[in-house]
Amino acid sequence: MDALAVSLLTGLADAASLFLVASGLTVIFGVTRVVNFAHGSLYLLGAYIGWSLLTRLPHSPLGFLLGALATIIALAVIGMALEMALLRRVYRVPELFQLLATFGVVLMVQDIAQYFWGAEDLTLPRPPWLRAFVLIGNQRFPRFDLVIIILFPLVFGVLWLLFRRTRWGRLVRAATEDREMVAALGVDQRRLFTSVFALGAGLAGLGGVLALPDASANLQMDLSSVTDAFVVVVVGGLGSLPGAALASLLIGLLQSFGIMLIPRATLALVFVVMAVVLILRPNGLLGRPISGSGGGTPALVRPAPMALRAAGGAALCAALLAPFYLGDYALAIATEMLIAMLFAASLHFMMGPGGMASFGHAAWFGIGAYASAFAAHLLAAPMPLGLALAPLAAGVLAVAFGAFVVRLSGVYLAMLTLAFAEIAWAIAFQWVDLTGGDNGILGVWPAPWAAGPRGFYWLALGVTVGGTLALRHLLATPFGYSLRGARDSRLRAEAIGIPAARIQLAAFTLAGAAAGLAGGLYAYAKGSVFPTYISLGHSVDALLMVLLGGVATMSGPILGALAYTGLYDLLLAATSLWRLVLGAAIIVLVLAFPEGIAGAILRLWTRLRPA
Amino acid sequence: MTQIKLSRRALLAGTTAALAAPTLARALDAKPIRIGEINSYSAVPAFTLPYRNGWQLALTHINDAGGVLGRKLEVISRDDAGKPQDAVRLAGELIENEKVDVLAGGFLSNVGLALSDFSARKQVIYIAGEPLTDALVWEKGQPFCFRLRPSTYMQAAMLVAEAAKLPARRWVSVAPNYEYGQSAVKWFSELLKARRPDIEFVTAQWPALGHIDAGAVAEALAAAKPEAIYNVTFGPDLTNFVRQGNTRGLFEGRAVVSLLTGEPEYLDPLGAETPPGWIVTGYPWASLDTPAHKAFREAYQSQFHDYPRMGSVVGYALIHAIAAGITRAGGTEAAAMARGFAGAQFETPFGAAQFRAIDHQSTLGTFVGRTALKDDKGVMVDWHYVDGAAVLPDDATVKKLRPNAG
Repeated sequence: MDALAVSLLTGLADAASLFLVASGLTVIFGVTRVVNFAHGSLYLLGAYIGWSLLTRLPHSPLGFLLGALATIIALAVIGMALEMALLRRVYRVPELFQLLATFGVVLMVQDIAQYFWGAEDLTLPRPPWLRAFVLIGNQRFPRFDLVIIILFPLVFGVLWLLFRRTRWGRLVRAATEDREMVAALGVDQRRLFTSVFALGAGLAGLGGVLALPDASANLQMDLSSVTDAFVVVVVGGLGSLPGAALASLLIGLLQSFGIMLIPRATLALVFVVMAVVLILRPNGLLGRPISGSGGGTPALVRPAPMALRAAGGAALCAALLAPFYLGDYALAIATEMLIAMLFAASLHFMMGPGGMASFGHAAWFGIGAYASAFAAHLLAAPMPLGLALAPLAAGVLAVAFGAFVVRLSGVYLAMLTLAFAEIAWAIAFQWVDLTGGDNGILGVWPAPWAAGPRGFYWLALGVTVGGTLALRHLLATPFGYSLRGARDSRLRAEAIGIPAARIQLAAFTLAGAAAGLAGGLYAYAKGSVFPTYISLGHSVDALLMVLLGGVATMSGPILGALAYTGLYDLLLAATSLWRLVLGAAIIVLVLAFPEGIAGAILRLWTRLRPA
Repeated sequence: MTQIKLSRRALLAGTTAALAAPTLARALDAKPIRIGEINSYSAVPAFTLPYRNGWQLALTHINDAGGVLGRKLEVISRDDAGKPQDAVRLAGELIENEKVDVLAGGFLSNVGLALSDFSARKQVIYIAGEPLTDALVWEKGQPFCFRLRPSTYMQAAMLVAEAAKLPARRWVSVAPNYEYGQSAVKWFSELLKARRPDIEFVTAQWPALGHIDAGAVAEALAAAKPEAIYNVTFGPDLTNFVRQGNTRGLFEGRAVVSLLTGEPEYLDPLGAETPPGWIVTGYPWASLDTPAHKAFREAYQSQFHDYPRMGSVVGYALIHAIAAGITRAGGTEAAAMARGFAGAQFETPFGAAQFRAIDHQSTLGTFVGRTALKDDKGVMVDWHYVDGAAVLPDDATVKKLRPNAG
């Protein structure tokens, strides 16, 4: 009985910590619609700044309180600065584009934190009052965790009053419901957004500083917290504070009790919960459907103009002849770029014309890669068969899973794909007997005829050009036009007899299969397969490539893949501060070309062309 | 890119030596031996930054002393960002563009295995520093790959020798849920049960790496009423686990055996919370006063104004091991080096070690001791050095474990 009570309290403490981080994220999203990837970085900064303050303040409860308050204020200021300097400039651009900017912030903060606070984990010495425990029966429970549990309803209550009882809170709620209407009524949106961002960042700071007594300030805490926070926010319903509280409770308790029952599956468990909730309730537990974020209807992708065709043809010729003027290493890089292009193009296909953004596109890439590796090892299959199995496996799984995905839309849809990718990653990483775990599967080398760098390059070129042209061609067919019809106006599309869900499912499957093909190629190019292929980082890579290139044009993902992989490879070899520079470069690109590189070229082209 | 060029003083020293000895002068004119080094500098900085200091120190020492076979050593270093696929690409770049003679480095096991696979295919020598997975020299062992650090198996075996002396019979384990954690638990429980058939493992916790739910894990372990705990968590997970365990009294009256926890990288963050009396493997940098280590520690501290970590020793020993291997091979031709490294002896701050010919594992050992608190910091006490050769299985078993002999 005591044990049960202690487990319950442990779960509540977990839930409280989750809520502190997630509440800020949900408030920010509700009002600004920014998918703030940098929320984990704010949490990380909260922990580090809190550590710097608390180690200098007296180690008394009062000192801790002062330090925590100062941290909240510091983070609120940082959040404000971030909003005013960066995010304010990208609100008008299409949905999810801000994600790119916040990811640039994530990269930069990683290097900045390491520069100021060093590489080693920083721990807060705990004075006796922080080490104290209470007795529940004969079981001990940390007293500080009780404080966190009490803070949960307290913070929730304060926020609730703030939103219900103040004018500012009414405006925030109004903006969450209908941004355009609030703007039309003459409310200064800029101030509202800045203050909301400050509040969210301050909450992240509170979460960070409260993590110190039980854990440490370390450089991995940004990404490990942001996925958890996203799960809570999505399960609860985007922008819903009570939803976030409910979801925190659900996940915190489930984790605490799940450890007793299935200790090996805790990682996957969280994402299974999210997937189940989203399948049953497409807008989360307490969420409401999100009104469109504006931004207007994206332009149609039309057949390429002559000039673009000529440029494409010239580029293709140059690419075909590359083995005659490039060295082996340059060819290996070029091969990777080609595979990245196919990967990015496949995401663009569902994201641009399909209107379904994915946070977990690496799942299909990874499934393709593992399918090829299994084929090579278990079936001793020759390379062509291994390569053929890759899109097949990814496609089959995509059609099964996509049936659930296409019922959702927007960020919910993206998060369901993330849940699937994280479950796939957990299987690849933790099920060592099947997949080799993080040690991966080695020795997946290509057939002799494609073993040289030249041979494999031509193979990759053929597959990539064939794949992307096929995707492009599909867009010009009735299927492609139906897909865009379903994206732009689902109701009207269905009214004229287009089966929107089935069309979207087909697009999802095709995109998955194409990504799987890219994954299969990659497995043979590298000779090995690892769980990192499925990781969140790899999914983000794909998103970055598409967004950098521009969603509105077909050449966008191609250019984005070139720019991103080129920049990454160059910086990784050139500087130890590559994350700082890459993050800054991404931010500069976002600010300079809000419609992506290809979009900027297109605008320049239409302006220069004589009418 | 960190391209290590000789410092001006070292150059000057080289020039003086060259003037003094005309034969050496010709040799030093020969092109340098290039080592292509890859590690997870941005992903695992707590280990790799001291490690970089270590290999830079060794490089200066060796080049000041005249280099290897009369040629200078040069290290061209790359950051793999913690991704095996990037490590393989950078290895290609190092070989094709930088024309390196040897590949070296690695922290993560998957990076080590990916580089080993690549080295076998390209027939280049690869010397793994830190990757601990047993597969590197056994299951996936291949003629061109050698490994410096004692493997997961070896470190678990070192702890088993101590754990078997404990009276405890009811054991539980906690390990991060991935290949390293799983093999660390598998070897430990197998080897311990072989020595002590009366022992049973009553429960196992498998927190996700970097995502430990420490309070719940501590509860679950306590609920099994164990007499002893075997811990494999490290880094932020360990800090978290220790703090919850301390407050909840999990470690009181229980023996704890813990892998790697005595290494400064993992012990230092525990600070005043370091639970005393844990049996750990690690590196007692402050109290190890052998002449070899004293010289190393003093040189390190005077150059970097910081104390050495485990990574520093690995980086330092890695370069010395490579120098010894190349000297023994008499050149940098890959097949000759593969023969030369097998059996090559080298000096490390821990004492002499050699690459075993049978499985290319080095006999570099590590220290086994107990944790203690000194001035609110964790230290290792009652430690002793365990030579790697002492805990490796017999040759017949190794041959079975390493199917691709050579």
